[in-house]
Amino acid sequence: MGTISVSNLGKAYKSYPTRWSRLLEWIDPRGRSRHELHWVLKGLNFTVHPGEAVGIIGVNGAGKSTLLKMIAGTAKPTTGSVQTTGRVVALLELGMGFHPEFTGRQNVVMSGQLLGYSSAEIDALMPAIEEFAEVGNYIDEPVRVYSSGMQMRLAFSVATATRPDVLIVDEALSVGDAYFQHKSFDRIRTFRSEGTTLLLVSHDKQAIQAICDRAILLNAGQMELQGVPEQVMDAYNALLVQKEKSGFRQQETVTGKVQTVSGTGEAALDVIALLNESGEPVEILQVGQPVTLSVSVDVKADLPELVMGYMIKDRLGQPVFGTNSHHLKQVLADVKAGQRYVFRFSFDANLGEGTYSIAVALHASESHVAGNFEWRDLALIFNVVNTCKPTFVGVNWLPATLDISQ
Amino acid sequence: MAGMFRALWTYRDFVLGSVKREFQSKYRNSMLGAAWNLINPLAMIVVYTVIFSQIMQTRLPGVDNSFAYSIYLCSGILAWNLFSEVVSRSQSMFLDNANMIKKLSFPRICLPAIVTSSALLNFLIVFGLFTVFLFMSGNFPGLVFAALLPVLVLLVAFAAGLGLVLGVLNVFFRDVGQFFSIFITFWFWLTPIVYPASILPEQVQEVLAFNPMSAIVASLQGVLVRGTWPQWADLVYPLVLSVLLCLAGLHLFRARSAEIADEI
Repeated sequence: MGTISVSNLGKAYKSYPTRWSRLLEWIDPRGRSRHELHWVLKGLNFTVHPGEAVGIIGVNGAGKSTLLKMIAGTAKPTTGSVQTTGRVVALLELGMGFHPEFTGRQNVVMSGQLLGYSSAEIDALMPAIEEFAEVGNYIDEPVRVYSSGMQMRLAFSVATATRPDVLIVDEALSVGDAYFQHKSFDRIRTFRSEGTTLLLVSHDKQAIQAICDRAILLNAGQMELQGVPEQVMDAYNALLVQKEKSGFRQQETVTGKVQTVSGTGEAALDVIALLNESGEPVEILQVGQPVTLSVSVDVKADLPELVMGYMIKDRLGQPVFGTNSHHLKQVLADVKAGQRYVFRFSFDANLGEGTYSIAVALHASESHVAGNFEWRDLALIFNVVNTCKPTFVGVNWLPATLDISQ
Repeated sequence: MAGMFRALWTYRDFVLGSVKREFQSKYRNSMLGAAWNLINPLAMIVVYTVIFSQIMQTRLPGVDNSFAYSIYLCSGILAWNLFSEVVSRSQSMFLDNANMIKKLSFPRICLPAIVTSSALLNFLIVFGLFTVFLFMSGNFPGLVFAALLPVLVLLVAFAAGLGLVLGVLNVFFRDVGQFFSIFITFWFWLTPIVYPASILPEQVQEVLAFNPMSAIVASLQGVLVRGTWPQWADLVYPLVLSVLLCLAGLHLFRARSAEIADEI
């Protein structure tokens, strides 16, 4: 069974003041060190249990790739250790080592050998690889005539030809077109259901939330947070907007979920409520019921622009719908400190049965990345029940009519 | 150390496959294809034979055979080419395969194995042709030919050891590669390949004894030109040097392999 255990893992690169320093260090009999260590990863501890799927997220430069390289074995740790059990396959860079002059088939053989398969094993796997990559007759053409998508498909097929005990995936889910993305994602899911331990690095929230049991947030080479993907993704979002400002905070809500609040506080969210047609707060909605999200905002500083947005998320934290006052063409310009505004977004709750959360944010221009005044995840939780509509599944209510003819 | 060689054994198909691909890729897209592998050395043998033994009437001192000089020249040059191919490709192997080293996890020891095997393959093709030429011209030395095997093993060990040391050093100090490409030209002319050692003044001959390639090349020439067994005692010095270089190379490689991936 595949496991990954990382203990006190750290990676530092040596930097020498001049070209000669390294030579002096090597030949100096006293063994005096002449380099400085530049740490990119420090003091990491975590374990991935057999069959578990863990996502790793972090802003660029947080050390994700370095971590994956060390787990995959292409880079060696400076401190601590990485222990893996079982056969590890890393999809770090698909199509690496493909030789453009050789045919697809020959390249499959070579990649297979690099993965440690014997020639006989590769011959046995070849038909399945060909079939999965769907490159057709191109398999006997040189790889240089392939489209980049075809190369990726072929590389993915080889790398995942047999089920590994540990699969490490780095942003490689964006393989080829939408069809093949589904196909490759399905294969990863199948491996996972058959017991493969999965480590996934991605900026793709959906991918991480849909497939991972746990997520780890890396920031500046250290582990910032680990927990359920939804909570970690929220923290990551907060980190994205907070990069230059103060840190974010997370607090438990009454329902036990962890809420992330961040922002500069130049404008603050006050009362947030979901109201029915008679203006009363509701927590349980009927499918299709007209509701109003009412949010009052206190402005604490003079601002050139104020935009409010909201996002409805499902139980897994996947976005269902979101928009903001910028997209609705009602941006408030030149707001003054001390003013109070009430935003009312009205919509029909065309949602499937289940629990939903609403995140609200106050920011400057069209997205929260430019300037974030306050961002509040899980600001509201509500349930949708279906008592008046025909039974359906999914997160959306898309009224259907039926006509059967013969 | 044992683990390193076990890993190499597990990846033997990769090593052999890489050697095969390298061989194929050299003449890919040429119409004659692999035939060029034979045409090139054939041309060399013809040139040396025709020019030196027929046109210039060059004679080796003490050997009464019109082919003697071209055999002398060919055996020296073939051995030298093997040596220089292994060393010069080894010293750049980590830099040339930087991408693979950074992105893929495989035993790094495969790289020197591929370089050495592929140079050896090229050598064996040319040397096979050369042996056919020896037969046809009636110059095959007979049983003593078997003595080539240990000498060639020694030559490859020396080249691989030196190449590994230079290859690791070249990752950290790029001057090593630059320096060596100049140095190897001097080294060629400091080894009796084109000229016989006997034409040199005695003091110079004493100095040349420090060149480990002299004894190795001289043994090969002796077998092929005169049909004499190698002077085994002369080969002790290159043997000791080869063992030391191989150990130093493997030690350096193991100690620095983590840093290699960071540096390239």
